[in-house]
Amino acid sequence: MVVQTPNGFNLDNSGKRIVVDPVTRIEGHMRCEVNVDDEGYIRNAVSTGTMWRGLEVILKGRDPRDAWAFTERICGVCTGTHALTSVRAVEDALGIEIPENANSIRNIMQLNLEIHDHVVHFYHLHALDWVNPVNALRADPKATSELQQAVSPSHPMSSPGYFRDVQNRLKQFVESGQLGLFKNGYWDNPAYLLPPEADLMATTHYLEALDLQKEIVKVHTIFGGKNPHPNWLVGGVPCPINVHSTGAVGAINMERLNLVSSIIEKCDEFNRNVYLPDVIAIGGFYKNWLYGGGLSSQACLAYGDIPEHPNDFSPEQLHLPRGAIINGDMSTVHDVDVRDPEQIQEFVDHSWYEYGEPGKGLHPWDGETQAKFELGPNLKGTRTNIKEIDEGAKYSWIKAPRWRGNAMEVGPLARYIVGYAKGHEEIKDQVDGLLRKMDLPVDALFSTLGRTAARALESEYCGRLQRYFFDKLVTNIKNGDESTANVAKWDPSTWPKEAKGVGMTEAPRGALGHWVRIKDGRIENYQCVVPTTWNGSPRDTQGNIGAFEASLMNTKMERPEEPVEILRTLHSFDPCLACSTHVMSPDGDELTTVKVR
Amino acid sequence: MADQVLIMGIGNVLWADEGFGVRCIEHLAAHWELPEGVTLLDGGTQGLYLLPFLEEADTLIVFDAVDYGLEPGTLKIVEDDEVPRFMGAKKMSLHQTGFQDVIATAQLMGYCPARLLLIGCQPEELEDYGGGLRDVVKAQIEPAVAVALTRLAQMGHVAKPGRTESDLLADPAIMHNAYEEGRPSEDDACRIGDARFFPVAE
Repeated sequence: MVVQTPNGFNLDNSGKRIVVDPVTRIEGHMRCEVNVDDEGYIRNAVSTGTMWRGLEVILKGRDPRDAWAFTERICGVCTGTHALTSVRAVEDALGIEIPENANSIRNIMQLNLEIHDHVVHFYHLHALDWVNPVNALRADPKATSELQQAVSPSHPMSSPGYFRDVQNRLKQFVESGQLGLFKNGYWDNPAYLLPPEADLMATTHYLEALDLQKEIVKVHTIFGGKNPHPNWLVGGVPCPINVHSTGAVGAINMERLNLVSSIIEKCDEFNRNVYLPDVIAIGGFYKNWLYGGGLSSQACLAYGDIPEHPNDFSPEQLHLPRGAIINGDMSTVHDVDVRDPEQIQEFVDHSWYEYGEPGKGLHPWDGETQAKFELGPNLKGTRTNIKEIDEGAKYSWIKAPRWRGNAMEVGPLARYIVGYAKGHEEIKDQVDGLLRKMDLPVDALFSTLGRTAARALESEYCGRLQRYFFDKLVTNIKNGDESTANVAKWDPSTWPKEAKGVGMTEAPRGALGHWVRIKDGRIENYQCVVPTTWNGSPRDTQGNIGAFEASLMNTKMERPEEPVEILRTLHSFDPCLACSTHVMSPDGDELTTVKVR
Repeated sequence: MADQVLIMGIGNVLWADEGFGVRCIEHLAAHWELPEGVTLLDGGTQGLYLLPFLEEADTLIVFDAVDYGLEPGTLKIVEDDEVPRFMGAKKMSLHQTGFQDVIATAQLMGYCPARLLLIGCQPEELEDYGGGLRDVVKAQIEPAVAVALTRLAQMGHVAKPGRTESDLLADPAIMHNAYEEGRPSEDDACRIGDARFFPVAE
């Protein structure tokens, strides 16, 4: 039976059902079911978060100044972003203003994290959906060298000998049989289109990116005192600055600032010489594979981030744009007010939670996290061995957030579409330049590849912003301002009896918000609406499908039993289920219908 | 330069016995003064972020909650080539999948410490989100730490009773006692999860 959703998708669940569980190479656990028609096109998609999220409840009664330390532990990837969002929420609630240097340092840390996340995502989680490292073993190193020089003339590591060495290293690793990293893949699937030389070039950069990423994160160690799990502070940043004398142990001095500067330079070089040229080169071979656009052409949401001045989150002061696009109308970008109870609401009709009133949406300040696990009547299998989930009933641990009732896509592509539609100068230049180079129309953005390309462009833009805020920080310090924290309201006796606040960031994966209510100096309610809650959302009360689901619709699968295309598109969102939900699977194997490699 | 030793605890303190590794590191820092050349690290939930630390170490000692299918609270110690295989025995949680890849990546890049020692403890409960260490697991912190100290002594690094200051430990708000004392009761905060994956006690 074909059902049309209010957001314009024709769902037909009559075809062969394919279950992908677990979806691999993501942070967390998710399951995906699709129906394909006789020609292999996906005609229905169901995305299930298979972990339960309970962070909100464990924060109840805690000291709000400590919330960041808990939210930072949610998962292993974007910890700093959660911490930043958390301190912003508490500062907003208590009316705490942070100093100029703290704003610059927070921006540098956030931008640094975006770059780290984007690079690691592309090379280590996503590239293998496009690049075949086994095929790289067949490449001619000399031809690879020529390709490298054509693709990126300024990249110094391009000699035939270099590629031959890498190829030998790969060969040894593959032959030793211990290489878990590349072992799992559908390497003979016709969906892989690169010639061996491009595969070798990209696989080589997989290794170069590993080397780079361990340098990038040192910025977090310098400003956050430690990494993993850097330190944060309500009221500013915890690192003192002392450039005029030898100073206290751990203080930021010129030597440390110079190290930060050299890392910023490395990021820029890599973005310019490796990441962007690779995306253009690899994308060039997949120009006819423009599936996966989903909601991006209709409904995009960004909260905006990277404030020019401390404590000013007005849209014109944010370097990463804020706005909402709905109904595919790119000529109107709506402003977003995360405090407005009519704008952001979470629905749970298809999620394993319950509210007092069915069908209702709740603003996060009034959010409830009450678990209710039940399965629908059309379930196939049993409660402990689900063959096919019943998407007509509750089917996910992810809630369904909506902006004015609309299912939205968030993330780098959504930010870039919002920015482009608003005429954001840097973003427009980048996008137009890329499309020109690839000889593609602007509509090509609305695709899996568009998502992947937007992330690369953003990495490059964040690199430039990182330099900008570094220079701003150094200038301000040189002018004699070494302040990094405002502790005037540190003591809870200075707080109002009751307060509420919201913190927003643009996490690498998209718009992230924490909403907090404080009463008598303690957390009364805490709700996180994370990017993967938006993108991975199940259907809502009206039947609108979420961004993951929409992106899979009408995709052609080469071999339905080898879900390369599904993984490719889901990975393009960089899903992070760890924070949108809580752990599930000791051993998800029995659920795996498609044996995912 | 003498051999550099990295002692690291990994796991998520928010998931009951998953916090075992991190709590061992806390215990070491609070009760022992470690000699120079030994670094203590709260590895938390992180994956690739750990590579720079691995690169600098010659010996890596890891505390972790690992499901070996043994009696809860059993310590199991494995070394060198056995380590990655054991971490993959049964992927119980995010960070184990992650850490196995970290070791594989470190090997590929030539960052992997020459010697590996995994001090694992069989968890009783991993699925209690927001819960704390179970008693049988908590009781293994001291014995696990003793294993590490013995190994250090064999390598010529003698620890003395006292404390070790380190920037690489968890924030005080999330240290064991603070975490336990501030924890809402199970009645106040629903901690159960997906019924499909939580074996009902027979």
